[in-house]
Amino acid sequence: MRSAACNAWVNRAIDIEFLFLTGDLGYNALEPLRERLGDRFINAGVAEQNMVSVGAGLAIEGMNVWIYSIAPFCYARPFEQIRNDICQHRLPVKLVGNGGGYGYGAQGASHHALEDYGALLTLLGMKAFVPAFSVDVEAVIDRMHHIDHPGYLRLGRCEQPPGQEVEAFSPWRRLVRGGGISVVVVGPLAGLFWQHMLSMNESTRPDLWVLGELPVTDISDMPPALLTNIRANGLCVVEEHGLQGSVGQQLAALLMGGGFTPPRFLHCYAKGYPSGTYGSQSFHRHESGLEPGQVMEALGIAP
Amino acid sequence: MMQSKFEEVRIKARLRLLQMHYEAGVGHIGGNFSALDAMLYLHHNVMSSEDQFVLSKGHAAGALYVALWSCGILQESDLGSFHNDGTLLSGHPPPDRLEGIPVATGSLGHGLPMACGMALARKLKNQPGKIFCLCSDGEWQEGSNWEALIFARHHKLSNLVVLVDVNGLQGFGSTQTVASMNDLGKHMEAFGLRTRELDGHLEASLEQINTRSVEDRWCYLLQTVKGKGISFMENRLEWHYLPLDEASYRQALAELGP
Repeated sequence: MRSAACNAWVNRAIDIEFLFLTGDLGYNALEPLRERLGDRFINAGVAEQNMVSVGAGLAIEGMNVWIYSIAPFCYARPFEQIRNDICQHRLPVKLVGNGGGYGYGAQGASHHALEDYGALLTLLGMKAFVPAFSVDVEAVIDRMHHIDHPGYLRLGRCEQPPGQEVEAFSPWRRLVRGGGISVVVVGPLAGLFWQHMLSMNESTRPDLWVLGELPVTDISDMPPALLTNIRANGLCVVEEHGLQGSVGQQLAALLMGGGFTPPRFLHCYAKGYPSGTYGSQSFHRHESGLEPGQVMEALGIAP
Repeated sequence: MMQSKFEEVRIKARLRLLQMHYEAGVGHIGGNFSALDAMLYLHHNVMSSEDQFVLSKGHAAGALYVALWSCGILQESDLGSFHNDGTLLSGHPPPDRLEGIPVATGSLGHGLPMACGMALARKLKNQPGKIFCLCSDGEWQEGSNWEALIFARHHKLSNLVVLVDVNGLQGFGSTQTVASMNDLGKHMEAFGLRTRELDGHLEASLEQINTRSVEDRWCYLLQTVKGKGISFMENRLEWHYLPLDEASYRQALAELGP
């Protein structure tokens, strides 16, 4: 998704207030943006705390600021700077974390982002955006470019099934219609489920939705068709994120508060490093039970 | 001998600051009195309407509020609300973009990096005005400040003026006993800054902070006294935190009075 993001930012470079900060990352991806922005593209070096506070200072002076790094270096190292300097000032600074979830695979735990949106969404005014497919990125960046509050963009790897058309980005999209339980997947992992369900029987397969904008704070923001099916057949939430601060927790609390009692609720989330070993993104998803076949098995749905 | 205008401002400000902290029952008095003179001098004698001031040592918010009050930016009623329920003037500068308070601080090591961002924005937009940033000396134990110095130098932020309130005391010891950096100025110079030591209380010394000299010497190390002007507070660690009781307030008033 990085090249799609780079293109989207290049398209906005005409805005003279647009300024991009990177923490020394973006090699072989962001060069066109650097070229286009000139002195408004700033490599702030390996100093993320300073980078975030500098971004806040730039925004105070009216600049439209985007801050980019590998996901954990973007939100974890400078968390207090995000909290105090961006969020408490209600500045519309945009943070971009590349490689959400286990995206950096065998690079190891330091590079994984299993608590990014959960942690950030505890902060004042913060919203998180999780495009599922590369084609979403332009619309998401356009949306974020115009927000008046802090935002976090979680970039991952596009896993769109070959030959399948994606409808235009919106916070909730139905990817596969089915007669079974509602499955809500956050971000790119949805592509795997989409691919998996294409070969399943429509009457019994799950009704698959992808969620791309967080938090979900009001039940009326959820599609009525989804709510109806949750009430009838239950809900399964799948996300490459830890339990605490997860979408699963958000939706469970929201549904309970709204008087919805799904006949069934299953939450599949990132469980860290159960075997104590490291590997690819697929390896870690498998260890956490996040792969479509594992989820279907947990739901008791035949392949 | 006739008092200078600055001296008149200072006397009123010190008394008002003392009253404010006494009525609110809050501490951090020592670090407010070490920084007050520099803030007054900057706001009355150095800064123009295009400049901005960032108080990185946010625990000296009282002194900032009083400095802004002395310029007519904050009102008596504002100061009267300090630290009370419903106030805009919290114990550390608030994030509400009040006039004269462009950024909130309170956690150390945030003000200077934000000031760098503000200075860079003006440089990129070719806008006038300087960003003045006052830090504490203990605050230089924060790594983010050193990150900011690297950034400021690399981006040639000549519209940034750094000042350090070198009162030598921090929360639970002296800067020398907690984390000695010996000569802070030398460390800063190693990061490519030009530094200059000034007496942070003497008007004749503070006069050397001016917009002509800042391009050459843009880090001022202000030698100050914690609790300046109040005998029982001066250079006393406990006045980093202690609030005033009535007896000590009366004594301090007597010492500061005209």
